[in-house]
Amino acid sequence: MFSFQTIIDNLPVLAASARYTLLISGAGCLLGLIFGALICVAAVSRAPAARAFAGLYVSFFRGVPLLIQLLLAFYLLPLVGVNVPALAAAIFTVGLCAAAYISEILRGALNAIPRGQAEAAIAVGLSPRHIWTRILLPQALKISMPALVNELILLVKASSLVTVVGIVEITRMSQAIASATYRPLEIYLTAAFLYLAINLVIAALGRNLERRLAW
Amino acid sequence: MMELDLFREYGPALLRGLGVTIFCWIVGTACAMALGFLLALVQRGVSARPVQWILRAYVEFIRGTPFLVQLFVLYYGAPMLGLRLDAMPAGLLGLTIYGSPYFAEIFRAGLNAVPLGQIEAARAMGFAPATILRRIMIPVMLVSALPALVNFSIILTKETVILSMITVPEIMFETQTMMAETFAFAESTLVLALFFWVFVETISRIGRRLERRATHYLLDRS
Repeated sequence: MFSFQTIIDNLPVLAASARYTLLISGAGCLLGLIFGALICVAAVSRAPAARAFAGLYVSFFRGVPLLIQLLLAFYLLPLVGVNVPALAAAIFTVGLCAAAYISEILRGALNAIPRGQAEAAIAVGLSPRHIWTRILLPQALKISMPALVNELILLVKASSLVTVVGIVEITRMSQAIASATYRPLEIYLTAAFLYLAINLVIAALGRNLERRLAW
Repeated sequence: MMELDLFREYGPALLRGLGVTIFCWIVGTACAMALGFLLALVQRGVSARPVQWILRAYVEFIRGTPFLVQLFVLYYGAPMLGLRLDAMPAGLLGLTIYGSPYFAEIFRAGLNAVPLGQIEAARAMGFAPATILRRIMIPVMLVSALPALVNFSIILTKETVILSMITVPEIMFETQTMMAETFAFAESTLVLALFFWVFVETISRIGRRLERRATHYLLDRS
């Protein structure tokens, strides 16, 4: 009844589609880190306008389901004259969404850095840019490493949603194979285990990284 | 660009979709919480190795795989095993299974935070285990677990839109039907996004208020 042969036959194709899953979640996470750091700087800035923007940004991207954000980018961008490939739009959207969560993670980590450090940096005459890039952000990154690894795992799972804009990553590929072979149980379970494998590897790498970063 | 007539015409369907969304969210969250609590109790109370292993494998599997794929397994794959579910029951079961390990973790941490002295005192006074659980452990646990419970319940509102992918007629699904018939893709998606923004913000506000009240109530009682 349960056909292992179907799994063996289709595993190579399914595993190959994992590169899109990895690309979208990896590039999305990287973009999220960059935007997230900027949003975080805005969120703790002294300018009320910057703080308000950061608040609105985080509330929007955390309040609207990613599925809707993806469709929004897919339908709205061409209307305002931005014609980018679906893949780029998907990575960008995932990145923007991740930035909202990552900025909050970084903000939490900032609180864990003793105030004296920023004050000392001001006292020795570092410019605000250098205080951020040399003192605060590197330490915030280090402190928040476990949360960031967790965020990457969430993104790997969230990347399954980009099927709605037609990118053939693991989930979309498994849909195609399932309807071609009439073996949905085997194929979707295989897809699930592929995701599980990716996430277990990321979690293990993350633990390794944390050990190396330990003070 | 905005065609408000559309929303007049499709209003009833959208409202029905909203109803389904809220229904799925409430029932799904309640069931996920119940299953999560059960898992936490088993994890705490049953020390047999195989049971713990199965529990760990379940938690790892559910937390390591996307909700969408879990739904596909349940809705399209499970019939091969003789479990034929309609979209709605499959969606509710999916939400229950998906949420359970997260709730289990919250309950586990909450139960561990109950001071051992209180449990021992209750035991010394001859309380039955079920009474200790109901009168001591659950109220004390809830005080520390409430913020996380509220938080995860709010996260689950956003997961309900994924149910549209297995044709549960919730608000996303109804919007997509409308889009397919009217080609008003951008407007509809924009309105849906704004709607969810307001919806989730409102629920978080209410949730936090309820959480504060419940905490006061529980602290008064204990």
